[in-house]
Amino acid sequence: MSTSENYVLKMDNIVKEYSGNRVLKGVNLYIRPGEIHALMGENGAGKSTLMNILFGMPVIHNTGGFEGTVQVNGQEANIDTPLKAMELGIGMVHQEFMLIPGFTVTENIKVGRETTTSNLVSRIFGKSMETLDKKSMRKDAKTALKTIGLQIEDYVKVAGLPVGYMQFIEIARELDKTGIKILVFDEPTAVLTESEADRLLDAMRVIAAQGIAIVFITHRLDEVMAVADSMTVLRDGEFVARKEIKDTSAVEIAELMIGRKVEKLVDESTEPDTRQISEDNIAVSLRNYKVDMPGEQVRGIDLDIRRGEIFGIGGLAGQGKLGIPNGIQGLYKAEGEVKINGEPLDLEKLGDALNHKVAFVSEDRRGVGLLLEESIEENIIFSAMYTNGKFLKKIGWMHLYDGAAGKAHAEDMVKTLDIRCTGIRQAAGRLSGGNQQKVCLARALTLEPDVLFVSEPTRGIDIGAKKLVLEYLAKLNREQGVTVIIVSSELTELRSISDRIAIVSDGKLACILKPDASDADFGLAMSGAWKGGQES
Amino acid sequence: MNKKIKDFLFQNKVVILFVILCVGATIASKQPLTFVIPELFTRIARNSFIVLSLIIPVIAGMGLNFGIVIGAMAAQIALFLTTYWGLTGISGFIATVALATPFSVLFGYLVGRLFNRAKGSEMICGLVLGYLAEGFYQFIFLFVFGGIIAMNNPTLMIATGVGVKNTIDLKDTVKYALDTVPMLTILEIGFYVFLIATACSLGIKFFKKQAVDWKKTGLTVGIAVVIYGLSFIKPIEQFLSADRLLLLSAVEVLCFATVVWQVLQFVLFKVVKKNSEDAGPNTYDPRRSLAYIGAAAVVYGLTYIPALYNVLIMVKLPVMTYLCIAALCGFNNILLRTRLGQNMRTVGQSRVVANAAGINVDRTRIIAMIFSTVLASWGQLIFLQNVGTMSTYGAHTQVGQFAIAALLVGGASVQKATNKQALLGIVLFHTLFIVSPLAGKELFGDPVIGEYFRVFVSYGVIAMALAMHAWKKVAKPKEEDSVSIDESDSQILRV
Repeated sequence: MSTSENYVLKMDNIVKEYSGNRVLKGVNLYIRPGEIHALMGENGAGKSTLMNILFGMPVIHNTGGFEGTVQVNGQEANIDTPLKAMELGIGMVHQEFMLIPGFTVTENIKVGRETTTSNLVSRIFGKSMETLDKKSMRKDAKTALKTIGLQIEDYVKVAGLPVGYMQFIEIARELDKTGIKILVFDEPTAVLTESEADRLLDAMRVIAAQGIAIVFITHRLDEVMAVADSMTVLRDGEFVARKEIKDTSAVEIAELMIGRKVEKLVDESTEPDTRQISEDNIAVSLRNYKVDMPGEQVRGIDLDIRRGEIFGIGGLAGQGKLGIPNGIQGLYKAEGEVKINGEPLDLEKLGDALNHKVAFVSEDRRGVGLLLEESIEENIIFSAMYTNGKFLKKIGWMHLYDGAAGKAHAEDMVKTLDIRCTGIRQAAGRLSGGNQQKVCLARALTLEPDVLFVSEPTRGIDIGAKKLVLEYLAKLNREQGVTVIIVSSELTELRSISDRIAIVSDGKLACILKPDASDADFGLAMSGAWKGGQES
Repeated sequence: MNKKIKDFLFQNKVVILFVILCVGATIASKQPLTFVIPELFTRIARNSFIVLSLIIPVIAGMGLNFGIVIGAMAAQIALFLTTYWGLTGISGFIATVALATPFSVLFGYLVGRLFNRAKGSEMICGLVLGYLAEGFYQFIFLFVFGGIIAMNNPTLMIATGVGVKNTIDLKDTVKYALDTVPMLTILEIGFYVFLIATACSLGIKFFKKQAVDWKKTGLTVGIAVVIYGLSFIKPIEQFLSADRLLLLSAVEVLCFATVVWQVLQFVLFKVVKKNSEDAGPNTYDPRRSLAYIGAAAVVYGLTYIPALYNVLIMVKLPVMTYLCIAALCGFNNILLRTRLGQNMRTVGQSRVVANAAGINVDRTRIIAMIFSTVLASWGQLIFLQNVGTMSTYGAHTQVGQFAIAALLVGGASVQKATNKQALLGIVLFHTLFIVSPLAGKELFGDPVIGEYFRVFVSYGVIAMALAMHAWKKVAKPKEEDSVSIDESDSQILRV
């Protein structure tokens, strides 16, 4: 890299330790003005920590600061508060939205930076008593919205807007900051549908064209190839490479990220398929099944899932695929006839699904899936302990927790699923996304289910973890005969593992396809062109 | 449509329940409205200020401020001192306010600091803090006054000379000091304050070389002079020199003012004809003006009904007190339109977002606490000057509970409270206060049963609000976690 090159941001040799644990080991990040720079790496590679340093987050400075230098516009910068970062023109579009639902779009865009006019009181008591200038705030908000091409009234409340809109409001807020030079997008497309993601990438190009540098954190290689100019790869806290996109390829990036050859998501099984799947042996049967889950309404589905198969449920976000497992598990109000192995399920009764040996790994890891404050061990054990009475020992009339058995099982799970942690005592909330997902999976498996629902098993986790999770699901299906139902937005992953794939559109079954059906068939089914649930 | 009505009823269930209770209890008490209504207006004047002081912390996300008890204590310390020094009348009252303010600023700051270390449990913290402060308060009044600071005043102090007596009579000092400020005086003072403010504003603008809107300034000054000039006309002067305002006159004046205001708006609208390219959520609608004028006419017509007329001539409003309450309502509203108010709202909605937006969360919360404590201390002074006696060791104990209960009865919750809810709550809560012992006597032959019911109701409504708040939190536990950026950042929340 020639020294003559002009970088808007230079982070040199960054080292960060959390209580003796080195999470960043001399990382460099160089970004030119007006370029889209992809920051890539598996979960736990140190991307979040690096960004926290860039933003002067308190979590960095409460834990002993960091080593290395940060230069913004060629000037050494000491960023010790988020406010300082803001003043230097660094903005962030968060993965999980930093928006206030009760505020209007304008208020959210201008939060913390309201335009004000002075009045008599403010002249005496200082700036904080200045009156809000709603009119100019609305004007600014409209300008920012227009820049990214979002058609929305500026005075509606954010609560209830579609997820895609919220992302754009976040971007509008960052754009509205005067003198913004660097904008960080933290996995912006993770929660978007494909069409929304495309619009977002367009917006990013528009922003970059204005001379604002973009740091684009993502797992999706196709997006990087489509939109980025250059990229930096981190692995396990180490700097791996900085490359121009035009000099590299998707395969090379993937290799750099995980440090091994990319394989197919699930290896072709060398063993012959010995499973006995027949149309008469039905594990889950749905008749006129409806679920009232906000944003994921199921509006009457008839479906038979055969015992012992891996069944995929796909479809675009918001079409109702997520409602199916959530309704069965009793998390949302459901109606209709549901039979598990021929026995009817009482949808009114929470926990009845567990009694029928149906386990569920929720897509909402942090909300429904995990007890964030509790240890990994606790998280793996508790469902089985309460539902099946496992890991209990009887002393007299008391049932006590069998610590030794629980610990052994948890450790076994940690090893099998390669959960990366400091030990089974670590709080689940402290793990990275992929590892949290593995803990959820471990808990469901501890229940020894006949039927396992896995919802968005690979959302927000990296390729390495993804492969492991899917392989494990396949193994479970082959070796223990568990009927696995995967609900996912990622078609490639469904096609690589499922025996059959149901596509849900507008709350109804569009069709059931074989995984080797053509792309066109899948496309038509997802776009709602097919109705009625015929099987190909 | 049916669902809409259901939703409305469900959302306002507390208010509706209390309206039914109030009406029922009033009927059961067999008391004429000529008794209940004047009593009610007295209590509104007494209690509104302190209830309104609860709104700012709710906006800043600190819940119901049980810490206002500490503001009340600051007020009582100040009031005791000014009584001891022999200050009387409105000047004595102003001196008390001036003395109570620094105390309550200090206390509010300390409470705010404490609440910042107990984020998420401000309410329980404030409640217990009230009891803790009670100990300090008693130490000051039973030992420091007379024991350490020599005080020689047999009417105020216990016979031994150490400690303050149980009750302090304010009859000859500040009783009704604020209530009886004549309207004429208010008008005069208001006029001069306005002139001074205008002059200051002009001065600053000159100094900073900003543009001055001479036309607007001239117009407002002109209007002020005209209004002030009107007060020199004999009949108006006589009307204004009274220290209390008949409710009948108040209603009449209000109707008249509404008509004038709406006509003026209509004229302005016609003359100026604003180009409304900026179609925001609220634009002027002439039909609304008509509706207001119609309503004013109807209200005026109603005053001719004998039953209402009898009530209206029974009630005499303490003008200055009601103006203070109105000013506080105005302050609460204006504050929300400032940068500080917006910061408070942001902090109240989400501390994480506020922090990421560069707002100093802790500082904003402390300021909210200071505001609330100072306002509460002023509220307590207004209460005491109207009651006329101060129960040294008892006047503050129930302040928090009763004010909070009143706010909740009006339909407020731990997360949301408005001026309207506060005022409605005061009306309902105190109607119940007035009539329930009497209703108990009529129904069960024993006023104590009504009293029990009243206490049950006031604590019951607080318990319900807190339980509902906790329940909502449990129902969506992911709220706090879902806004955190990643696992390491969720630490910020737990600090």
